[in-house]
Amino acid sequence: MTQKFTLNVNGTSHTVDADPDMPLLYALRDDLGLNNPHFGCGLAQCGACIVHIDGQPARSCVTPLSAVGNAKVVTLAGLGTPEKPHPIQTAYVEEQVPQCGYCINGWLMTTAAFLRDKKNPSEAEIKDALSGLKCRCGTHVSILKAVKRAATMMG
Amino acid sequence: MTKFESTSSLSRRSVLLGGGALVVSVGAAMTLDTMMSMQAAYAQGAKPPLTPDQLSSYIAVNADGTVAAYFGKMDMGHGLHVAIAQIVADELDVPFKAVKVYMGDTGTSVNQGGASGSTGIQLGGKQMRMASAEARRVLVEMAAGLLSVPADKLAVNDGVVSATDDKAKRISYAEMIGGKYFNVQLDWNKQYGNTLYAPGKAQPKNPKDHKVVGQPIKREDVAPKVFCQGDFCTDIKVPGMVHGRMIRPAVAGSVPVKVDEASIKDIAGAKVVWDKGFLGVVANKEWDAIKAAEKLKVEWSQVDAPFPEQAQLYDHIRKAPVRKREVEKQNGDVDAAFASAAKVIEAEYEWPFQSHASMGPACALVEIKDGNVTCWSGTQKSHFVQLGLAATLGVPVEKVRVIHKTGPGSYGRNDADDCASDAAVLAKAVGKPVRLQYMRDQGTGWDPKGPASIHKARAALDASGKVIAYEFFSKGFSRVDVDTNGSKPQDTLAGQTQGVALKSGDGFGIPAESYAFDNKRAGWETIPPLLDRSSPLRSSHLRDPVGPQIHFASESFIDEVAAAVNADPIEFRLRHIKEARDVAVIKAAAEKAKWDTRPSPRKDQTGSKVSGRGIAYSQRNGTRVAVIAEVDIDRSTGKIFARKFTVAHDCGQLINPDGLVKCVEGNIVQGVSRTLWEEVTFDKKAVTSVDWISYPILDITETPGQVDVVIINHPEIAPSGAGEPSIRPVAAAIANAIFDATGVRIRRVPFSPERVKAALS
Ligand code: FES
Ligand code: FES
Repeated sequence: MTQKFTLNVNGTSHTVDADPDMPLLYALRDDLGLNNPHFGCGLAQCGACIVHIDGQPARSCVTPLSAVGNAKVVTLAGLGTPEKPHPIQTAYVEEQVPQCGYCINGWLMTTAAFLRDKKNPSEAEIKDALSGLKCRCGTHVSILKAVKRAATMMG
Repeated sequence: MTKFESTSSLSRRSVLLGGGALVVSVGAAMTLDTMMSMQAAYAQGAKPPLTPDQLSSYIAVNADGTVAAYFGKMDMGHGLHVAIAQIVADELDVPFKAVKVYMGDTGTSVNQGGASGSTGIQLGGKQMRMASAEARRVLVEMAAGLLSVPADKLAVNDGVVSATDDKAKRISYAEMIGGKYFNVQLDWNKQYGNTLYAPGKAQPKNPKDHKVVGQPIKREDVAPKVFCQGDFCTDIKVPGMVHGRMIRPAVAGSVPVKVDEASIKDIAGAKVVWDKGFLGVVANKEWDAIKAAEKLKVEWSQVDAPFPEQAQLYDHIRKAPVRKREVEKQNGDVDAAFASAAKVIEAEYEWPFQSHASMGPACALVEIKDGNVTCWSGTQKSHFVQLGLAATLGVPVEKVRVIHKTGPGSYGRNDADDCASDAAVLAKAVGKPVRLQYMRDQGTGWDPKGPASIHKARAALDASGKVIAYEFFSKGFSRVDVDTNGSKPQDTLAGQTQGVALKSGDGFGIPAESYAFDNKRAGWETIPPLLDRSSPLRSSHLRDPVGPQIHFASESFIDEVAAAVNADPIEFRLRHIKEARDVAVIKAAAEKAKWDTRPSPRKDQTGSKVSGRGIAYSQRNGTRVAVIAEVDIDRSTGKIFARKFTVAHDCGQLINPDGLVKCVEGNIVQGVSRTLWEEVTFDKKAVTSVDWISYPILDITETPGQVDVVIINHPEIAPSGAGEPSIRPVAAAIANAIFDATGVRIRRVPFSPERVKAALS
């Protein structure tokens, strides 16, 4: 049975009519048209679907709507804009990280939360914080450069 | 202002009569010949047919003077479109920013082969260069007539043609042809795909006159990706679209015998599409389609489990009947040389099936409307998928348009083409547009695999330790058990599950190097697939098809021979390599990495943490790469950290150094991943590596700390590829570094901690 859920996403409230067990990812992508979180695995193994829920990175592919409540959901679109970019977005452009770009969402969302809480991280701390995220194209070398650049910007 | 009017009505008669078809405000006299050649070269309002012999199929000048380049290949993440725009801008003499490259849309480009074999610049760029040069020639000729200035007294700057001795005499491309189409015939070689070539009369520029080519121009498509403004193929939606999911058997080869549609009757809009082995569901909402696929009760046919135990894989390959044998290289009398050898060194190497395991499982959207089929796909080869969909749906090719949109990663023949065909079958069956995305287990478990193989190498030495003969043979599954694209239903899961007669192809390869031995033989043997139909272990192209496995073996073996004669691995290679560009990449890498010349293994380390360095080199279709790996090994855990790479890369003329460096970095990281971690696992019934736990790839904590790329630029040599060559030597470079550190030779990939630990103990 479907139910009505009111979601607070990027500061706007939306109503979605869906199964309580439907993962947040599908509400964001299909109902709200927010394409930034991607489906990579649906198994909490890759990070492509990460959003912030009350400021914490969460894997929306395994977060049922019923568990979201009135928490504040922020997607990559809510992280920054071309006019007002988040430092990690600026750094990604500066370092020209992409290959296919499908994984970007997870790295940016995880980095943003990490650098907010941790100033001047060491390389080992950065790697640790990002461990588990997947990038099949192998952009890791550039990702590390971008995260270090963003860390400096957020100093 | 000078302008043409009503150009399509420009006829020989109107020119002859000096009639009003043409208004030339400069008012100068023109010869009839000039006028006629202008007519022939000139634009027309209606687009000529989209065929390879038309200039308009590649280049158009918009009304605002910007240039559209229509490219029948596409970017797979390296920023190929930037390089193509650089080439077009240089040849046409327009600003880089004025060029926009449209890629991989069958509605706007001809079949240049798609993303294939690292030929984006090598072949695709070559054609775009020739087309752009021809466009410039035509435009200058037109300007010559219009300005009454001989063509050799004209110069082009930023899309404006002007007289070199009178700058007031000028006319822009936009004024001459903006918004219209070239009506210019090219000399097409009648080939489609990678080999398509259609030059005009123009000669391309001398590389020393290139201004944009060679520059580190950045990608404009990075910002849209980080600000979520670009579409992936997964993001496309059309009105009335429903969602599809496929259902695959738990035992490979079995087919549904009973499908209980009532089991999903509670799910809104859920429908079953079943035809022989093809089984999918659609529903209005994506989550509903996922649930329907999970819930649907299906009875499957009983079949014998088709696969050997995984532990038997290499035995199976050794014993399997040879379907095709090919000796690709042979010189001297190899057998006689081996018979006379004082010493023979032999080794065998093994490489597993590997998965594309793209970042997301494939996705395609197919809409069939008024007899027209449109497909949005992440495929590497839209034009081939166009053929495949036409065949699958039984419609004429002209009725099918395939639009490439960036997919969730693609490294060869991944699951994208299968997905497009499956989506087409679903869309036809339900009469609605269907967006199909596979699930993770299907993306990793059911994509066509990189073939598993064994490789035997042997070298004959004379009494002085000189190599007098060398032989290298691979035996494995074919790289084209299913073809490299989905152009034929027999090569897609949709076709195979629906019973299309199959034709498994044969192909492998040999080491690409220039070692000169007096007696040398290299070849391969292919074996039949384990299951001839709808197999999750069907093999096809995975980035640098069969390159990593062949060169893992051949470059490990060269190292083994070097060690056997107590020579430094580089010094030994340089003794035998005959091509100067190969020597140059090796020397460049050695110099950059500060290579310490001495035989391997090193003998000065004790304790559990040891380090080593290794080199490997190879060619690939004109490109040459040398890779030096520096690795740390923890003997107590078997864990390898491939800490630093130095890569020397020569792909002829350099188009964009930034793009090239990124491309090499990706190759190295993916190469490390495939070497250290990747192996498709299976039991007798099915593939069991189906997600990121069961098919692990390199984690960021294991990422090389440093990748130094030395680019060797040869502006005088036509550019060759960079998308794949540098992944080739990675595994051998690591294996050779492990040997250097430990004295132990690892001959089976992946070098997982358990395997390394076992080998070291
Ligand atoms: S899609 Fe959610 S973690 Fe992979
Ligand atoms: S850029 Fe393609 S998966 Fe990371």
